Amino acid sequence: MSVPARPSTATERAQPPILQPGYTYASIGDTIGSIVLTRRTPLGWYLGFGLAFSLLMLLMFGITVLLVRGIGIWGVDIPVAWGMAISNFVWWIGIGHAGTLISAILLLLRQRWRTSINRFAEAMTLFAVACAGLYPLLHLGRPWFFYWLLPYPSTMGTWPQFRSPLIWDAFAVGTYFTVSLLFWYLGMVPDLATLRDQARARLPQVVYGVLALGWRGAARHWQRYEQAYYLLAALATPLVVSVHSVVSFDFAVAIVPGWHSTIFPPYFVAGALYSGFAMVLTIAIPLRAAYRLQDFVTERHIDVLARVMLASGLVVAYSYLIESFMAWYSGNLYEQYLLLNRMFGPYAALYWVLLFCNVLAVQPLWFKWARANHRVLFTIALLVNLGMWVERFVIVVTSLHRDFLPSSWGSYTPTVWDWTVFVGTLGLFVTLMFLFIRLVPMISTFEMRRLLTELSREGEPA
Amino acid sequence: MTDSRTYGLLAELTTPDELLAAVRTARRAGYRRVEAYSPFPVEGLVEALELGPSRVPLIVLAGGLIGGISGYLLQYWVSVLAYPINVGGRPFNSWPAFVPVTFEMTILGAALFGVIGMLALNGLPLPYHPLFNLAQFGRVTRDRFFLCIEASDPRFDLLETRRFLESLGPSEVLDVPE
Repeated sequence: MSVPARPSTATERAQPPILQPGYTYASIGDTIGSIVLTRRTPLGWYLGFGLAFSLLMLLMFGITVLLVRGIGIWGVDIPVAWGMAISNFVWWIGIGHAGTLISAILLLLRQRWRTSINRFAEAMTLFAVACAGLYPLLHLGRPWFFYWLLPYPSTMGTWPQFRSPLIWDAFAVGTYFTVSLLFWYLGMVPDLATLRDQARARLPQVVYGVLALGWRGAARHWQRYEQAYYLLAALATPLVVSVHSVVSFDFAVAIVPGWHSTIFPPYFVAGALYSGFAMVLTIAIPLRAAYRLQDFVTERHIDVLARVMLASGLVVAYSYLIESFMAWYSGNLYEQYLLLNRMFGPYAALYWVLLFCNVLAVQPLWFKWARANHRVLFTIALLVNLGMWVERFVIVVTSLHRDFLPSSWGSYTPTVWDWTVFVGTLGLFVTLMFLFIRLVPMISTFEMRRLLTELSREGEPA
Repeated sequence: MTDSRTYGLLAELTTPDELLAAVRTARRAGYRRVEAYSPFPVEGLVEALELGPSRVPLIVLAGGLIGGISGYLLQYWVSVLAYPINVGGRPFNSWPAFVPVTFEMTILGAALFGVIGMLALNGLPLPYHPLFNLAQFGRVTRDRFFLCIEASDPRFDLLETRRFLESLGPSEVLDVPE
């Protein structure tokens, strides 16, 4: 694939580089590969993995109790039958979206700065979708019948209802997970071959050798590989938009006040990207410091990520504004009441927390000092993660708990088991991230090498 | 005079530009069974080797069409023929409601065909290849670029071809045993 040469402008030269000078083809691979193969695993890795793994065990415990006693142990009931299970589902799947955006859309737009962060952003997508996928299944009530969602000739003679957004959801999330996995693995094959050839011990040679599928870097192979990779990126781009749109249909196709609105698909996609970029920053800032990857994930990357987070945050703020305006402008009694109930009802505190986290807290990113100060940026990213979680909770709960008839109003309080499963999926996510960092190259080696060639051809320091 | 125990001759080069130049010279010298190996895709190599377009895009298109059409037909068959449910007299073939699943199946079919088709065209996974016998070839995933003229080339001659490869200025020319 040819990359059009781009004249470097004065402003671009003033910015920090996307790859620190002084690297060679060999040293790029050695630096990235040594984390997996030779470098001593840091003590912090064991501590972090141990903590995450114990939370994962908590998840196992929570799921076991759920399977034995049923979803009555959660706080869900009529009228709030969805609760945290569904708001967590939406939150997790949204987090995944930034990974696909970085790996696919920025690839098609030839944004070179994506090269050093796409691998772990894709891993983040995969693990977040795995966490998300658990919730609808556990929320089924009888999760062991999850395969009833799939169209197959059953002895009951029934078939799924294809007019239901819940079936769309099963197809969308299933496709999203499969395509993300393919994209991630495909992107990794040449790097696994690098590890195979770099490893000195027998076990890694065999394991990475098998996973590398016999890759030998032939020009014919690269040609087909790149075409498949770019086409997959082109397929993933509309897919990522469709997935969160379908998730929003779960809400928008219902007639519940606050959900039945045409703004939901774009509003959900923007929110997904916002929380996803917050999560990328939450992972990237500690990761580059812990593994001293500042040469690959430079100040420039962090700065660009912060800008994208701010931009998507503004779209989300605009959506909040329009949502409120339309509730008032519709003249619909129930929509108007929903808005007032959200702002001043029993869950009002959460609404103001979400406005603070998602709209106010992100504003310092207009200024360079905030984007350059990693403590400030990390704090803001955490606040956005929190804010987006609260937003999904508010959307699910405030609409359901008071809909049309005051006689059917109710309330929802998460129980300890809601929280156990939620904290448990955090453990699952972090456990998988730790294993990923330890076992496969977390930065795409071959793409960094190509980047090095491009940069040196253009006469930039390399 | 082809040696039946030789897969080909391999020249080791150190930069992508050297590899490009070497490939062009080899093609000009009339060699046809030429393959280049590199740690990352090198710009211009496909044109220099005159490889022509690959069939990957066609396979992806076929996968997308098969996925999409079968996705729609599945929904049509389930909702109209196998298990029709009358909801307020609405049509059984309610196509707008079938768009999301059709779309997802299109993407799924195209992606699966793309990845599997690419691997199949490349003949991967392939656990054994003659080139893996050479320890030096391990650097193809690190910082070395290789040009291989295969023994099946009609112009291949162990001595002649070795002399030709040495004229390209490689750091080494290696025999690849079959």
